[in-house]
Amino acid sequence: MFEMPVEVDARNLLCPLPVIRTQDAVAGLPAGTEVVVRCTDPGALLDIPAWCRINGHELLSAREIDGEVEVRLRTVAQPPAA
Amino acid sequence: MSQPRKAVALISGGLDSLLAARVMLEQGIHVEGINFFTGFCVEGHTHAIRQKDRKRPKRNNALWVAEQLGIRLHIVDVIEEYKDVVINPRHGYGANLNPCLDCKVFMVHKAWEWIRAHDFDFIVTGEVIGQRPMSQRADTLPVVARESGAEDLLLRPLCARNLPPTLPEREGWVDRERLYDFSGRTRKPQMALARQFGIEDYAQPAGGCCFLTDRQYATKLADLWRSRGERRYELDDIMLLKVGRHIRPRPHFKLIIGREEGENRFLEGYRKRFTHLRCTSHKGPLVLVDGEASDQDLELAARMVGRFGQGRHAEQVEVEAQRPGGAVLHFQVAPLPASEIPAEWYV
Ligand code: SF4
Repeated sequence: MFEMPVEVDARNLLCPLPVIRTQDAVAGLPAGTEVVVRCTDPGALLDIPAWCRINGHELLSAREIDGEVEVRLRTVAQPPAA
Repeated sequence: MSQPRKAVALISGGLDSLLAARVMLEQGIHVEGINFFTGFCVEGHTHAIRQKDRKRPKRNNALWVAEQLGIRLHIVDVIEEYKDVVINPRHGYGANLNPCLDCKVFMVHKAWEWIRAHDFDFIVTGEVIGQRPMSQRADTLPVVARESGAEDLLLRPLCARNLPPTLPEREGWVDRERLYDFSGRTRKPQMALARQFGIEDYAQPAGGCCFLTDRQYATKLADLWRSRGERRYELDDIMLLKVGRHIRPRPHFKLIIGREEGENRFLEGYRKRFTHLRCTSHKGPLVLVDGEASDQDLELAARMVGRFGQGRHAEQVEVEAQRPGGAVLHFQVAPLPASEIPAEWYV
């Protein structure tokens, strides 16, 4: 079944808030969920991919479209305890 | 094999916390990072807003440090709780509005709550005796350990050998002999240790880790509190203090004037919530009005909008002001000459 990606609206927020919003949204999601984050702070173009690498989530794309940053990722199961 | 002991390290993004975490990793401790976002962190903001800074590579230093160390990082939004630290610091302020000692107590306390919730064993910070005038003195380091509740679960690997042994040392989870005895303001031992670990690229924050140590920023925050008659702020307030020229022509309102494209774009995001002005006859900045401005106040604001746009030498400029509800006012005014903007208006 095709699942709609989970949208995270982090527009008009400055870094690291887009990362925090992404982190908090992802925390409650099952592995394999696609998430789309939209931001206006261009810093998110580097920070969210870095956050994905640190936490082992799969980065699908990160691009700037019409002055907005759009990052797509897929959640990966996390080790417990943290 | 027994499970490694687990520590959470306060990661600011600077060199000291990077080294402290690295020293623990060297001893086989499982380390995860924690970073608290207070709203005042120098991280990210200004370099994301201004156009000229967009060309510089920008990164969140805490994330970058975590990636270098190969550890997980938990960024925690403490904006609301932190207000009380800034507004009512029990130990007072440093040189500006930086409540460093209360801030450290607060952060270590939050980390202490975190280790209990996540079943971690102890807390690590990059503090060094004598490094900072307020929060990292021989007499204030124990205050942080005591008032945060962390007590001897708080280990400072860079200066631990100058301090009484903590529980992780006494229990043999970490080897005290392989901890350090740094002290004082010199950065040389940290730089040498970084070299030893092969770490060459790291952030070097000048005054401190947040905007509250910045004199100009603190002046703007004090002005905000004065104008409101109380010490209170919202996240938007403290973000806006980082952007644009702030000019207060009357006690009950100030203007926030974008200085360039990046700032104008950032201020655009606040248009719906603030009365804002823009020159329609000439190019010029977006200007937000913070406070309650009457129509007469807006006429003065319109003249200032003229002054900071390309029509500053024109006889008349046309300015549109829009109130948050959508009501629009049109002004045809003479730009205010620079000589009629007293220096005291600049916050
Ligand atoms: S500089 Fe800012 S973030 Fe750092 S300890 Fe002081 S108040 Fe806290």
